[in-house]
Amino acid sequence: MTRNINIWKRVDKPVVIVYLLMVIMGWFNIYAAVFNEEHREILDFSQRYGKQFIWIVAALILAVLVMVTDARFYFFFYWVIYGIMIVMLILLFFFGKEINGSRSWFEFGFVSLQPSEFAKFATALALAGYLNYHRQELTRFRIIMPALGIILLPAILTAAQPDMGSTIVFFALILVLFREGMSPYVFVSGLLMIILFFLALLLDNYMLELILTGLAFFLVWLVTRKLKVALAGAGIVLLIGGPLFMLNHSLNEPASYNLIIIITLLVSGLFFAYYIYQKKALGVLVIYAFLISSVLYINTVDFVFDNFLRSHQKERVEIMLGFKSDPHGTGYNLNQSLISIGSGGFSGKGFLRGTQTKFKFVPAQSTDFIFCTVGEEWGFLGSVLIVGMYLFLLLRLIKLAERQRSVFSRTYGYGVMSILFIHFFINLGMTIGLVPVIGIPLPFFSYGGSSLWGFTIMLFIFLRLDASRTEHLI
Amino acid sequence: MKDLFAARKYFIIAMIIIACVILIARLFVIQVVKDVYRLSADNNVLRYVTQYPARGLIYDRNGNLMVFNQAAYDLMVIPSQTSTMDTALFCEDLEISTDVFRERMKAARNYSYRAPSIFLKQISAESYAKFQEKIFMFPGFYVQPRTLRKYSKPVGAHILGYVSEVDEIQIKKDPYYKPGDYIGKLGIEEAYEKELRGTKGVKIFLVDVYSRVKGSYAEGAMDTAAAQGNDIISSIDLDLQEYGERLMENKTGSIVAIEPASGEILALISSPGYDPELLVGRARSENFLKLSADTLLPLFNRAFMASYPPGSTFKPVNGLIALQEKVIVPSTSFSCNNGYLFVGCHSHSSPLDLKGGIMNSCNAYFCQTFRRILENPEYSSVTEAYEKWRSYLTQFGFGTKLETEFVNELPGLVPAPAYYDRFHGKNGWRALTVISLAIGQGEIGATPLQMANMTAAIANRGYYFTPHVVRSAGGEEGSRFRTRYDIEIDSANFEEVILGMEAAVNGGAGATARIAAMPDVVVCGKTGTVQNPHGKDHSVFIAFAPKDDPEIAIAVYVENSGFGATYAAPVASLMIEKYLKKEISAASGWKEKRMLELDLIGIKSDQRDEEH
Repeated sequence: MTRNINIWKRVDKPVVIVYLLMVIMGWFNIYAAVFNEEHREILDFSQRYGKQFIWIVAALILAVLVMVTDARFYFFFYWVIYGIMIVMLILLFFFGKEINGSRSWFEFGFVSLQPSEFAKFATALALAGYLNYHRQELTRFRIIMPALGIILLPAILTAAQPDMGSTIVFFALILVLFREGMSPYVFVSGLLMIILFFLALLLDNYMLELILTGLAFFLVWLVTRKLKVALAGAGIVLLIGGPLFMLNHSLNEPASYNLIIIITLLVSGLFFAYYIYQKKALGVLVIYAFLISSVLYINTVDFVFDNFLRSHQKERVEIMLGFKSDPHGTGYNLNQSLISIGSGGFSGKGFLRGTQTKFKFVPAQSTDFIFCTVGEEWGFLGSVLIVGMYLFLLLRLIKLAERQRSVFSRTYGYGVMSILFIHFFINLGMTIGLVPVIGIPLPFFSYGGSSLWGFTIMLFIFLRLDASRTEHLI
Repeated sequence: MKDLFAARKYFIIAMIIIACVILIARLFVIQVVKDVYRLSADNNVLRYVTQYPARGLIYDRNGNLMVFNQAAYDLMVIPSQTSTMDTALFCEDLEISTDVFRERMKAARNYSYRAPSIFLKQISAESYAKFQEKIFMFPGFYVQPRTLRKYSKPVGAHILGYVSEVDEIQIKKDPYYKPGDYIGKLGIEEAYEKELRGTKGVKIFLVDVYSRVKGSYAEGAMDTAAAQGNDIISSIDLDLQEYGERLMENKTGSIVAIEPASGEILALISSPGYDPELLVGRARSENFLKLSADTLLPLFNRAFMASYPPGSTFKPVNGLIALQEKVIVPSTSFSCNNGYLFVGCHSHSSPLDLKGGIMNSCNAYFCQTFRRILENPEYSSVTEAYEKWRSYLTQFGFGTKLETEFVNELPGLVPAPAYYDRFHGKNGWRALTVISLAIGQGEIGATPLQMANMTAAIANRGYYFTPHVVRSAGGEEGSRFRTRYDIEIDSANFEEVILGMEAAVNGGAGATARIAAMPDVVVCGKTGTVQNPHGKDHSVFIAFAPKDDPEIAIAVYVENSGFGATYAAPVASLMIEKYLKKEISAASGWKEKRMLELDLIGIKSDQRDEEH
């Protein structure tokens, strides 16, 4: 019965149009980014812009192939696809070609393939397949663990290449779990951990702890609606912390403020425990638990940062946070990227007129830093257009996902959306100094066959599922 | 199956919208609000290469080239573009040691890795020609043409000044100058820097990340060509200048010759001088140190920076003032008994009138005259009379800067009454107290330039133009010096004094300066023998010629030599002859020979050796 419907009529045209626009704009920007006076022809196949044209044509063929495949194929064979991709990622350790210290590529003659780009849609499919059966039970630990496992397996494999950029992308799929019922505390905890990580590096620990404590009492007031309770709590903390602080101050070798605060919070916790037990105040318990775990977490951040991150990763974070300015070393990319985008001004310097771009001041400007070319040659207007197109695409994908009848299609749609979103946000964010430099491409814009094909297949599988949304997959 | 968590999509949508807003806000800040990135982008790609202009040329009054330019080359290096090369060959060609090479490379790298800096300054055209063939073997190096000064004759250093690199103070003072620019120092080079320096040009290139030139910016529309500086025509007579320097060889002292009708300086000599070529190019700083350390002070311009007592050459002025103040008439006679009170005099016939007083340089005559000036009953006090006397001197240009082109000119000294009040108390001094002034000794000080100017004023019978060395700069006549300064003394009085000066050279027995006489030109002059605390007397002579329509006025100082008539007078007469006749007659040959062979510096150092 699926044979009867015309998928070409039912495919979502706005998404296809935005997709085509992005791919073509990306192509022209690659042309501008690596423009070579001696090869002015955009279809010169010795240049990246010529090659990108081939990748685009191939991507369109792939899109058509994806569309003519029966929607049920993806539903029934998601685990096969996922399995193949995991095997590919494992094979990289044996047959992968090492480029810049990472084994992320297979080389077949003149074509190189990056399996992690394809593993992304495979993981989204596998997650959708799993959630299709277990979605309402995501609050249960036993059900959540396999879902996290599906995400963690490729994440660990890519982390071992090492390719931290791709690893981070897989974690974006946690957003899907959140949508499908995972406890918001887990999700909020995750977000909080990321925010606290940077804040802990940025501020002194005791400052951050004081702020959090203050925030906690504010939340207590919001939750209980009793100002007296919040003030009493703050009073207890001050009653315990004050003398401790004075005592500490009179010592010959005073302990750190940090330690005083931790002790104070733990001791005052006894009083709170009594209050919580008396009043059965679950909200206060949660807030206090968050506060204590945040404080402990903050104290591990510096340790993790110093011991678990590789030195170039540390430097990138430090540069983003402004601790370090090293415009000729690690900070060079970001500095030149900012100059490129910033010098574009309101309306840009014009096509092929970007001096930063033309004279190769930005490294990787056709791949990870393609947005520099947009920012420099098309200015704020062009940049906003790109952000706008992504915003439209992402919201459109959410809309499409929400109209699916099957949980499989909906969760897959959210998976696609999450992966595109994290790529878009991290890529743009790093070029303008909001996010540490993490080398991941801007979907549909960056030069490269693997990423373009990976994103194309990922998007069109969802469009294929959407086109048959009225049918039953089983 | 019921979707329990459908509402969570709003949270997700909100998150995406917030993320987009954050991105757009940040983009707005860096692209629209902040300007710094645009400037940084320009700094990245635009390279401004200065096009250095050649300085203007300097000609003498007869159109002979005095100063012109020679090509030199600054070797530039961009450290980021250098790569492995044959350092030994490089050092050999440029005649530097490998240590110097390493040091310079380090300095260049410290200055900037990507921007060019000067590796080796002012390579001569010859070395450059050799090096140029191989420069392709040394990536990252290129040459930038500059111009250096070249002199047609090794003379006139004190007039011309020199050219050096600007220092930080000058860069701060005038934003036109950038590090590495050249600027005129002293003399004409400094006084006419603005005319001579020309206009710098700039070429703007686009460079890529490797500092490789990728073409000119805006097709060269913003480039400007360098414009050569304006030429200068000096009033100096190069032959006369050269001759004067030769005459003054091995002597310390100064000659200043002026064309009275215009104030144009014909020759200005300070001896010992130096070859201006010494202060050109790479050897400049080394030579400069040597010259500074020389005990004979070759860098010191005696012509307008040394203040000497004028001695007897000052007597004509006192005569003029006395005549104008009507305290004497030309026929007023004074007797001389080998001097006047404590001021001694040589033996000569007595009594003498004004003409005879000047001719014989009688000290007694001028002491009497000076006493009459200061004790003039027209004035209520000696101080008032002294002030009047002083005002005449000021009109002659004494005790004040002449405001020539030379910034470091000395004003000399004519003490104000307050000066004497301090030593003798108010009204505590009389004519006799300051009687040395009568014969140009004592506290009075004047530069050779001021003396030459005084001579020119006498030659003009009562006026002068500010002495200057530049006739026209950039085609524009030196209008700065067209002001005629008149002295409030009747020209008839000048004629009387000039008769005395004529007699001093051309008179009979007792004439002090007969050595300066010329057979067919009437030279008027006055000798001076200046006592000074530094050793033997300075020999001084002032003169102008011809008597009617004078063409040259001259002042000559020969330090620590002796009588004015013995040394300064023959030098002055040879200079006058050289200027008026263009050559020295056979009759004057002995004078020339004697003066050229005279070695006062050698004698002095011999004496010094003996003393040790």
